[in-house]
Amino acid sequence: MAKETKTLNLNFGPQHPAAHGVLRLILQLDGEIVEKADPHIGLLHRGTEKLIENKTYTQAVPYFDRLDYVAPMNQEHAFALAIEKILKIEVPIRAQYIRVMFCEIGRILSHILNVTTQAMDVGALTPTLWGFEEREILMGFYEKVSGSRLHANYFRAGGVHQDLPKGLDKEIGKFCERFPKIINDLELLLTDNRIFKQRNVDIGVVSKQDALDYSFSGVMLRGSGVPWDLRKSQPYDCYEQFEFKIPVGKNGDCYDRYLCRIEEMKESVNIINQCLANLPVGPIKTDDGKISPPPKKEIKQSMEALIHHFKLYTEGYRVDKDEIYTAVEAPKGEFGVYLISDGSSKPYKCKIRAPGFSHLQAMDYLIKGHMLADVPAVLGSMDIVFGEVDR
Amino acid sequence: MQNTQDLEKILNSELNTKIKSSLIKHNQIYLKIDEANLTEVILFLKTNSKTKFRQLIDITAVDFPENEIRFKLVYLLLSHEFNQRIIIQIDVKEKEIVDSITSIFPAANWMEREVFDMYGIHFKDHPDLRRILTDYGFEGHPLRKDFPLTGHNEVRYSQETKKVIYEPVKLEQNYRNFDYESPWEGTKYIKEQTKE
Repeated sequence: MAKETKTLNLNFGPQHPAAHGVLRLILQLDGEIVEKADPHIGLLHRGTEKLIENKTYTQAVPYFDRLDYVAPMNQEHAFALAIEKILKIEVPIRAQYIRVMFCEIGRILSHILNVTTQAMDVGALTPTLWGFEEREILMGFYEKVSGSRLHANYFRAGGVHQDLPKGLDKEIGKFCERFPKIINDLELLLTDNRIFKQRNVDIGVVSKQDALDYSFSGVMLRGSGVPWDLRKSQPYDCYEQFEFKIPVGKNGDCYDRYLCRIEEMKESVNIINQCLANLPVGPIKTDDGKISPPPKKEIKQSMEALIHHFKLYTEGYRVDKDEIYTAVEAPKGEFGVYLISDGSSKPYKCKIRAPGFSHLQAMDYLIKGHMLADVPAVLGSMDIVFGEVDR
Repeated sequence: MQNTQDLEKILNSELNTKIKSSLIKHNQIYLKIDEANLTEVILFLKTNSKTKFRQLIDITAVDFPENEIRFKLVYLLLSHEFNQRIIIQIDVKEKEIVDSITSIFPAANWMEREVFDMYGIHFKDHPDLRRILTDYGFEGHPLRKDFPLTGHNEVRYSQETKKVIYEPVKLEQNYRNFDYESPWEGTKYIKEQTKE
């Protein structure tokens, strides 16, 4: 007599510590083997795109901080670039350096969080505690430059909001001296760790072709052996002037993606060091009074500056009728903004292309045939942040 | 790297009748095509050795409520080999059903679901066309221009019934949309007056 078997439906989330946010995953299990995964997303949907359509360009920037909230400035960067390309604004070189520096800080912020929480998902707590100490310092830099630790609202079309405070460059330099040692410590804990390898090697393997078909980008694509990085292939701001390597994985499994992230952090430190060594002096935003607000001192003396200030903070600047897609290499992959402007001071349409959205879509493909315990490992290596997936 | 101009020429000669118009702006190619040719053009772009647009970046729609053909569907593709981006646009009427491209790009699945959720555009032969970002049982399509910013329903936890309940939105103060355009350049009401 044949034994009857039944598949079991399991609800993973919406509140699950390994889901990295609010993800409801409906898993169809045959014993411990996952047969099908159906992610239900949108629990953090805030209607960002709709809100942006109703705000001026300046007011829209803070919404970008709230997408991928572990690397806020990288996303502001994409939006700022889109406006700059439409308005054909020249960004002063110092502003470009500052932006690149803070994007790399954002990349380290995001990778620390991901690497350490991935380790936590498979059972190691120490890396999280060590890594978060460093994140705290980095968020301190965010605070010093923009006034807030997370939602920076710092990048503007045409530059950045304000110059680096005195001595910050030295502090960042000190951090860069110390940080490679911390990466080393993390590696000592994880890279050759038997348990960590057992949980990650050969789990969630993505072939080159599938990585392309599923619209993977960033580490998910590079982990599978595709050497593609927008900072190199379609450089924006002053990325052309820096020397850095693009780490590429071989097997496309969770472990390779972890290795890529570790290497990328080292490269980011390298870029920040180059930034600090060659940081030019000069203005930090465009001097076009129709786009960037005048300094406080001028408002008191110049009528024109006062008018500009008033117009910029009520109506906002106008952007010519155009449409454009710009993308940046965010820590999680290709983050893009498809912007349609209609000549007014509010965007007509602003579609946000979040890398995590297409990564999470492949959950079913990645997890099919794996064990239930591999679900957190795969989720962890995908680097999902719900702010950007749900928008 | 292949030149964007050359690529545009190749596209125009290979696909000549299927392209309504092509344009190069910001180093990207903007193609306008007919809805009927969509799958054919995208399959060509993906498989042809001269184009190799192997990656679908995103699908989105734009709403123009005053136009007779209300929506524009936008497909963004990327070619790693030639380092090129292409933006494909088709015009779609309000109740028209568009061919799904999930058989060409599996990644189109959620992207089409999102377009359906946000704009109410249906796709033919889509394996699983459900809402994706909005709540279970949500009504309306939020990114349409005629959908109010505040929405229709709000949720709260009710002490009486001991569960989360849905209620029509009540605002303490109406949403205020100020018109800041300078009067001498013409705010809306002055523009309308001068038109007449």
